[in-house]
Amino acid sequence: MSTPLHAVSAAPVGDFALRCSGLQRYLGQGDGRVHVLKGVSFEARRGQVYAIVGPSGCGKSTLLYLLGLLDQPDGGDIEINGQRMSNRDDFARTAARGAHIGFVFQFHFLMLEFTALENVMMPMRKLGRLTAPEMEARARMLLDAVGLGAKTHRLGTQLSGGEQQRVAVARALANQPSIILADEPTGNLDVKNSALVFDLLTRLAKDNGQAVILVTHNPEIAQRCDVTRPMRDGLFV
Amino acid sequence: MLMSLSCTVLGVGLFIVTQATTSGFEEFFVKTLLGTDGAMRIEDRIQDTLRSMEVAGSPDFQIRQREGVKYIEGVEEPQVIMDTVRSFANVRGVSAVLRGNVQVSSSFKTEDAQVFGIKLEDHRFVSELERKITTPEGLGKFQESAGSALVGRVLADRLQLTVNESIVINVRGESRRYVVAAIYETGVRDIDKTRIYIDLAEARSLLRKPTGATFLQISLHDPKRAREEAAHMEEVLRHSVRPWQEREKEWLSVFRALSVSSAITVTVFTLIASLAMFNTLAMIVLEKTKDIAILRSMGYERRDITRIFLWQAAIVLAIGAIVGGIFGAAVSWGVSLVPLPINTLFKTEHFIVALSPWHFVQAITTAVVMVMIASLVPARRAARLEPGDIVRGTAQ
Repeated sequence: MSTPLHAVSAAPVGDFALRCSGLQRYLGQGDGRVHVLKGVSFEARRGQVYAIVGPSGCGKSTLLYLLGLLDQPDGGDIEINGQRMSNRDDFARTAARGAHIGFVFQFHFLMLEFTALENVMMPMRKLGRLTAPEMEARARMLLDAVGLGAKTHRLGTQLSGGEQQRVAVARALANQPSIILADEPTGNLDVKNSALVFDLLTRLAKDNGQAVILVTHNPEIAQRCDVTRPMRDGLFV
Repeated sequence: MLMSLSCTVLGVGLFIVTQATTSGFEEFFVKTLLGTDGAMRIEDRIQDTLRSMEVAGSPDFQIRQREGVKYIEGVEEPQVIMDTVRSFANVRGVSAVLRGNVQVSSSFKTEDAQVFGIKLEDHRFVSELERKITTPEGLGKFQESAGSALVGRVLADRLQLTVNESIVINVRGESRRYVVAAIYETGVRDIDKTRIYIDLAEARSLLRKPTGATFLQISLHDPKRAREEAAHMEEVLRHSVRPWQEREKEWLSVFRALSVSSAITVTVFTLIASLAMFNTLAMIVLEKTKDIAILRSMGYERRDITRIFLWQAAIVLAIGAIVGGIFGAAVSWGVSLVPLPINTLFKTEHFIVALSPWHFVQAITTAVVMVMIASLVPARRAARLEPGDIVRGTAQ
């Protein structure tokens, strides 16, 4: 028996899953210090898919990592499901990542020594909301949903690039986060696989009322998103 | 990781081997000396020296001050002392020995020697003399005939003696003939080339010492407590009592130095193992930065990352300890088969190994401490990595 996708819903509050205002970020040190983000503000509603586009070095990925609490801003505020996170310690930010945010990276970032099933179960193991059989059932259901039901026991190394990225999508959805952040999720895939992964990501996210924010260079992908936000020189234009 | 595992196995294994071989020789030496000269010797009587002084010319009031002690050579009343010594719980046996310097002649040549007068029934409890007899006749003839002697192997060889041949012992111009009842070999060259055992009564007559003893040889149920027992006996008996630890302190200090030296060597091995572990884990941290970023992005905390690396070290350590222990035991057994004829301080034909569970405990404890310290640094470094820096490719 499969578990419904929203079985472990994080019980979102309000329309906005994520908000940020006046985000500032400098990178580098000394003479090489660069003002990457110059006061960026952004909001993401549940069930909407956002594309952040722009030339390389404009600050898209830096913004995404800040929104995903993987990095700390030098100024400005970030709210996740109404909770201010930008001034919280590492422990709180880590807990928020586990409970509310799912990541999909450009280079899949699977743990290659583990099977597809184990990779999908990893976030659930840390969160600890489900029992081991429930975790396994949910992981199987997610892998089924991304079309990899027959390859649950394949190691990361035994999967193609497209398949690895689909496992990464399933893993991002594992804890039913309210926000999915994807950094060039199709950047390393061919056209067919790009379309497949994007469709999956958006369909599953919309079905579950999740906000999807993706950074992309691909104009076709960007066009298919609900909202496209172009960036240049550390600001939305 | 295989490199770290190999180094841990080698470190643990070599630690065990070196400790087993070093302590093997030491234990064998102690066993030999306890089997020949016993755990303790009561040698000289202690006499207090007192200085007396009359106070204000009154003969009734004196101040007595202890200045030190004076030793009177030998034991004047051995039987009384022996009876008292036997009342000590830890005492297994006590034997009076009368010693004297002599010259011994065979038909071939003359050598300087020492006569040890013993009562065999007492001496059996304080030495392994019976087990050291190398000739098939055993101690039977020595027990039956007062005119027989036990001669050390080296002395017998020098005098070209065999059992039932005669020797002449000469003391202060008086000569007596004895029959060689048996030849013994303790393995201690100094003993085997000088000592001739004869019956105590015969020795009294030969050395013209009708009473007393040169020393009393004592064996203990627990020889490790010889120091404490000696101090207690000295207090009670008012005789100088020397435990084996004091009697053989020069050689024991040599063994201690060897033990420390080998401990330093094996610590270096273990240090190399821990450096290998440090190096391996540091490399793994570099290789696995992306995995660390993934785990951190999923909500895994810094302490989870530290734990993962420490677990890796612990697994290597556990396998290394088990395999290293087996390796150490196997090599120790192999070393014990290596031919190594020694016949000076003790007698052995092979390398002596004394494996003890304590060696395994020491080796594994040292490995645990060093490897875990070596693992902690890369593990903590992995935990400190910022996931944002890793995915951006700017992690340090």
